[in-house]
Amino acid sequence: MLIIWSFIIYKAIMCVAVFAVALGIAAYSTWWERKFAGLLQDRYGPKRAGPFGLLQPLADGGKLFFKEEIIPNVSNKFLFILGPSLVMITALMTGAVIPWGRPLHLDNGDLFHLQITDLNIGFLYLLGVVSVGVYGIMIGGWASNNKYALLGAIRASSQMISYEVAMGLAVVALIISSGGSLSLNDIVTAQGDGGVANVCWQPLGFIIFFVCALAETNRAPFDLPECEAELVGGYHTEYSSMKLGLFLFAEYINMFISSAIMAAVYFGGYNMPEWFENLYRGSVSLDTFALIGMVCFVAKIFIFISVFMWIRWTIPRFRYDQLMNLGWKVLIPLSLLNLGITALVQAWRNGLF
Amino acid sequence: MNSTGTPIDYLPIVLMFLVALGFVVTTIVATHLLGPKRKSKVKDAVFECGIESKGNARFPFSVKYFLVAILFVLFDVEVIFMYPWAVNFKELGWLGIIEMFTFIALLLVGFYYLMAKKALKWED
Repeated sequence: MLIIWSFIIYKAIMCVAVFAVALGIAAYSTWWERKFAGLLQDRYGPKRAGPFGLLQPLADGGKLFFKEEIIPNVSNKFLFILGPSLVMITALMTGAVIPWGRPLHLDNGDLFHLQITDLNIGFLYLLGVVSVGVYGIMIGGWASNNKYALLGAIRASSQMISYEVAMGLAVVALIISSGGSLSLNDIVTAQGDGGVANVCWQPLGFIIFFVCALAETNRAPFDLPECEAELVGGYHTEYSSMKLGLFLFAEYINMFISSAIMAAVYFGGYNMPEWFENLYRGSVSLDTFALIGMVCFVAKIFIFISVFMWIRWTIPRFRYDQLMNLGWKVLIPLSLLNLGITALVQAWRNGLF
Repeated sequence: MNSTGTPIDYLPIVLMFLVALGFVVTTIVATHLLGPKRKSKVKDAVFECGIESKGNARFPFSVKYFLVAILFVLFDVEVIFMYPWAVNFKELGWLGIIEMFTFIALLLVGFYYLMAKKALKWED
């Protein structure tokens, strides 16, 4: 019984920590996005609230809490509230299977795993939870009873499900080449200790996954669901106060989590190349080694988030038929091709030739 | 005991769900209590570019979206069939590869049929 209780306490600490980090990074992604946009467009970005505008996300969040809550009189009230809640809950729950670092050694001899849970079906869990997020958007848009919100929601959900197929195929190829485990922890550890990052064996798969991640998070150039010029505000036209905040926040959390997944499964997560790890491996304790790995993981995530933002300010938005053609007629055949090549290459690596 | 392969692995998922649910409920209740409430008939109407709203949004929309949803179900189920093969890739060897390539070929025939039927054509 004691083991169960300590297990629950460790996991509860981990849940709260991941929750806090996800919220903090999401909040400061909004700051970094505006600062980065300023950098790219040769202007300042936020600089009034606090030093370098660092208090800006808190001010924005606080403002949203004190705004008037408007629920349209023709909307379906229960579903109207359920929509953003579902989007936010699924965004937070995707973080549960990501391994954040090597286990830490506690004073009482226990290992503290920096992962909420290591499911042996980790990737299927991720795909499943991401799919539930589509329901949140569809419910929110439909319940608003606004034509623009409905069109935005339909667009968003058909875009997300279209790119999920190619994403699933890219993941199948990844699983084959990383040794046949769906657990994210296994995929990450297989890349360390002499292994190479999966992106070396899966360059095409990584590009497909990256494009699909952009589309899944509704980021530019795939931000048609909230295309201001055609659809007012897309599926969140009718939302105000913190219910709007939940939609916007969930987008940034999704961006953070998908960056973390890409960094973990394609770029080795907390592992670094061997020559780099050998620089400090002998001279530090195991726990410090684990913490350095975690810092490297966060640095990789930061690079991916910045690339997401860089793309937003570089590439114009797709037209709807272009988006659907890219998803169905380019990415799906390409990911099937990638799967075929991966199968043959892996057969050769397993010595079947 | 990081991965045990037993149902206890799923307990932290429940904890994470509770944390997320707690956060969402707190924010929605807090914003409901904190914000001002000044209702009016015009303000509570739906916003459609400022033009007076005609009818409601429960109208039929393009069947293409429905088609995409159906195709997604078909293709995603086919992708799910590939996961067991990917996990047991080494054990199944050549037999698995040949069978799966046959499966992918059949999938591509279906895909070609879709194209020929113009199911994926967006502009009329």
